[in-house]
Parts: sequence; structure tokens; C-alpha cells
Amino acid sequence: MAIFLPLSAMVFFSFMTELPLSGKPWAFTLGNYAAFFSQSLYLTLLLASLRLGLEVTLWCVVIGYPAAYVLAKVLKGRSREAIFLLVILPFWSNGLVRIFSWAMVLREGGILDTALNAVLPFKINIDLMYSYPAVIIGLVHSYVPYMVLTCYLTLQAIDDSLIEAGRSLGASRLQVLKRVIIPLSMPGLVAGAALIFVPVVGSFMEPRILGGRTGTFYGTVIEDQFVAVFNWPLGAALSFILLAVVLVILAVASPVLRRAA
Amino acid sequence: MAGVQVSDVSRSFGAHKALDDVSIDFADGGFYALLGPSGSGKTTLLRQIAGFDFPDSGRITIGGESVERVPVEKRRIGMVFQNYALFPNMSVADNVAFGLSVRGEARAIIATEVQRALDLVQLGKLGGRRPHQLSGGQRQRVALARAIVTKPRVLLLDEPLGALDKALRVDMQIELKRIQREIGITTIFVTHDQEEALTMSDRIGILRDGRLVQEGPPEEIYNRPKSEFAATFLGDANLFRGDTTGDGIRLPDGTAIAAGAGAKLAAGAKASCAVRPERIRIATDAGAPDGTANMLKGQVSKRIFAGNNSTYFVERGGQTLKVIVQNTGVDRLAEGQEVVLRWSPESTVLIAAG
Repeated sequence: MAIFLPLSAMVFFSFMTELPLSGKPWAFTLGNYAAFFSQSLYLTLLLASLRLGLEVTLWCVVIGYPAAYVLAKVLKGRSREAIFLLVILPFWSNGLVRIFSWAMVLREGGILDTALNAVLPFKINIDLMYSYPAVIIGLVHSYVPYMVLTCYLTLQAIDDSLIEAGRSLGASRLQVLKRVIIPLSMPGLVAGAALIFVPVVGSFMEPRILGGRTGTFYGTVIEDQFVAVFNWPLGAALSFILLAVVLVILAVASPVLRRAA
Repeated sequence: MAGVQVSDVSRSFGAHKALDDVSIDFADGGFYALLGPSGSGKTTLLRQIAGFDFPDSGRITIGGESVERVPVEKRRIGMVFQNYALFPNMSVADNVAFGLSVRGEARAIIATEVQRALDLVQLGKLGGRRPHQLSGGQRQRVALARAIVTKPRVLLLDEPLGALDKALRVDMQIELKRIQREIGITTIFVTHDQEEALTMSDRIGILRDGRLVQEGPPEEIYNRPKSEFAATFLGDANLFRGDTTGDGIRLPDGTAIAAGAGAKLAAGAKASCAVRPERIRIATDAGAPDGTANMLKGQVSKRIFAGNNSTYFVERGGQTLKVIVQNTGVDRLAEGQEVVLRWSPESTVLIAAG
């Protein structure tokens, strides 16, 4: 009950014409849900957000899986602990601080721009701030620890003798990776992807701060309804549509993923 | 098929010398056991031959080809791991097919070869199962089929029977030996179980602290151990320590023990004599004097009944001697009884001290 009470209140709100707190008269309506379908903007933004989620998840796999592999199978003892701490650290830091520190790095004349120009012989202009790549970088940085942790757990559970058995049968390291290690670490990849994809699709902080004008996504529109427009019923309706879409995607993907795992 | 030569191989991990100048010649088609306590270097040696680890110095050849810097996947070996290391994400047939499949063999060939290998280990009908649906003995057979299906030059077994219970282990010993004979593959088998080493192998190498203590056919090592360690690690032995008289020793109390086997040593040096418990005859009276036999008097302190035989523990001059007697249903000796022990010099091995 305690878990679902706030959420059920939101379900209730999503069918109202007005927020009951404001004292205005209200009635039940399906209009908030209809709004999603009447304006193509919402669908466009939802698709953009799904694409963002997919891209961020892919980058997290590309970066997080090798990192988890190195942590689980290459490093030992103290160095493993040290690297582990470095992976977890952004996870523990405040999200807003993390995003603004990226803003410092990515803006023109910022840390990345200055550093690259100091090293490179030619002049380049790095201004990633308020762009799609900036949003991706910020989100990947925030969510990659999930991928590292879930993959680390499954990779660590793979007995080293399986890798040795594969190689003793004539398989190269790459073949062992493809046929033994990746299939066996599929549960970690799937868990990591689900943990990342779902919140990224609804994310609003990174798109707003790092994306600027380009950072309008489904999540930021929902946030606007709650914070700026005070149209809670529409915000609630939009977020339940998102929840439904995400659940459908996970449901469709799960048999495929289960077979792979 | 090919023989394996290990020459002057050393391997250290930090300050620890895991292998110290080990040389062994594994004959083509032979069944060789590497026997030793844990930490003796037997698994390290197997890993050097497999190619999971490279020696610091020395040479390893397989079929005459130098391989000490060749990675494992290029050595064409077959290996069976202690925990079987079957791929849990694949069926039994896919496990066995793995080696052929990474080599890019045609599907039809793979299917035939896999079936042949599974038939060889008597699991022809279980190809569709997953490893977790098999018993320990069946997993063992799958691991073996997977290792030999690629027709490796040498088969390496790392304590493959260690995880099985006693009865199954004996079955698998016979089975393993049968398969090895059938395909005639050079086999190197790591074990800490002396009985396994004795019953299965053509030759045994005993390792201790990274060094090869002794190697040879099982009977030779059993009957002619060259060190106290070899005598006690492979089988049971009663040891007597004293000064050599050239062809035997004199115990501190003056008793002479004649040795007809083992090293010839210069008189006066410290040495030991080893006698197997089953070689000693035990009786209540001295009987007719026998000029050649070794004879000691003692007192039975304990008898352990083990079905077909009994072990008597006999106290003699502060030392406990073991005597194993077949239970023929006659004379059973009581604890506390005075007895006479006799054994021939031929059953006594003279071993240099140290």
C-alpha cells in the first residue's frame, strides 16, 4: 500500500480536469490521455526519448561491459578495489553537481576545450555544451555504473576454468568471449540495460541542463507540467503513457532476451 | 599423437619456486601420472604443458615441436578440468562440438564426430541434455568426450576424478583407462591419490616442493623407492633409521637389518631401510631359526580389521611398526601379545639419508 499509494494518487489525478488542491471545480476526463494522441509533438518527443534511451544504453554497454570485464577478470586485489571505487564514485555524488561539473568541462573555453588546445598543435573549438552529445555524455556518465555493477556480478560468477577450457579446445580469446563469456553474462547485460533504459527515457535533468534548447525530451515536458505549467493531470497522464510504453517494450523484449540469456 | 618432453623447466611465482628444474619424458601413447601432495607443483607442471602458463626457463616439446612460448589454443591439446568446466549455456552435444566448431569444421562432420565421441564415453543418447541435468560421472564423461573429439596430440587431466565418490571413481578409472587404450593418446594425469596413480598409469612421477623426486613404472617406484618421501607417499612403509653397513643398516640399539634392494652405500653413512607392511610376517614364536631373514621382537598394541585384511600395530623399541596380514580365518593375534616379525632382505630397501 505504502508503495503504491502515491502512484495511485497520480493515476487518479491523470483522469481529472483540474488539480483538486487548487479549489477549482473538477471532473473526470480522458482528455489528458487524448491530448497525447491529438498532438504529434508528444509522440515525436516520446520517440526522441526512446532513441535517447537506446543510445545511452548502448554506450553504457560499450563502456561498461569492458570495464566490468577488466574489473572481474583482469585486475586483482588492491588495484581492483581502487578502480571499483572510481567507478562507484560518480554514483555516490549528487546528480546536480555531476551535471554541472560536466557543464564546466564541455562548454566553449571549458576544461575539455582548454586542455585539448593546450595539447594539440592546431586550434580546435570544442563546444559541446547545449547539444545532443552533451546530453548523451552526461547521461552515460550518470548511468554507466549500473552496467558496470550488474555485468561485474555476472562476469565474476563465470569460472575461469570455463575460459581455459574454451582456449584448450582451440578457441581464440575472441571466440571464447563471443561463445562463452558474453552468453553467460547476458543476465547482467539485460539487468543493466533495463536499469538504464527506463529512467533515461524519462530523464529531464541532464537534457535540460546540458541540452539547453536541444534538450527538449519527453521527460522535460512531463517535468514542465508539474513544475512550470502546473498541469499535474496532464503530466501524470503523460508519465503513465510512458510507463505503459516502457512496459510493452520490456514485455516484447523479454522472451528474446531470455533466449539469449 | 605425440610424446611430450619437459626439459629443465622452472617456474617461480614471486619468491615461491613452484617448479624447480623438472625434466620428464612422457612417452608417445603412455599413461603418465603426476603424483604429489598439494603445493608440490604437479598442477603447475600440467599448466606449463597445456600452455596456460609459460615456464621461466627450460624447454617443452610436444611431438618434437618446441611449444614453451606457444599459447594454449595453438598447442592442440585436450584437457579435462577438476570441476569439468562444461559450458552451462550449451547442450551436451554443443559442449562436445565446441572444439570442432571454433575450428570451422562442416556441420555434418561435427555431428558425426560428436556422436562418435559421445558413444565412446557411453553417453550417446544424452546429447540434448544440459550439463546441470547430468550426474557427476556423466559430466566427467562429457568433459572427456569434449577433450578428445578434436583429436588432440596429448590429453591432460587435472585431478579429473577428485569430485566423484569412491565407487564411481573406481568405475571411471577403468573407463578412462579403456578409452585411453582405445584411442592410444598420450595422457598426463595429475592426482594426489596414490591408489589412482598405481592402478591407472604406466609410469608415475612423484613431485615434492617443485622437484621431481622419482619417476618410473608404478611397481618400480613401489618396490624400489629412492627416498623416504617416495616410500611413504606411494604406499605405506615402515622406516628404520641407522648407520649403513654397506648392505643394510645397524639400528642405534645394535640390531642389524639386512637390505637386498635399493642403493649401495658406503658403510658408516646415515641411511634408512623401508619395508612394506604386507611384506612382514607376524608370528607368536620365533620358529625355526633362519639365518637370512630380518627378525624383530615386539608387542601388538592395536589391530584394525579391514575386511579382507587386518593391520597390526606393533611396538618395538619406541617405534610403531605396521604389519598387514590377509585374514585367512586362522591365527588372530590379541592386543598386548608378544610377537616376532620377520621379513626377507629382498623386501627391504636401503635409502640414503636426506
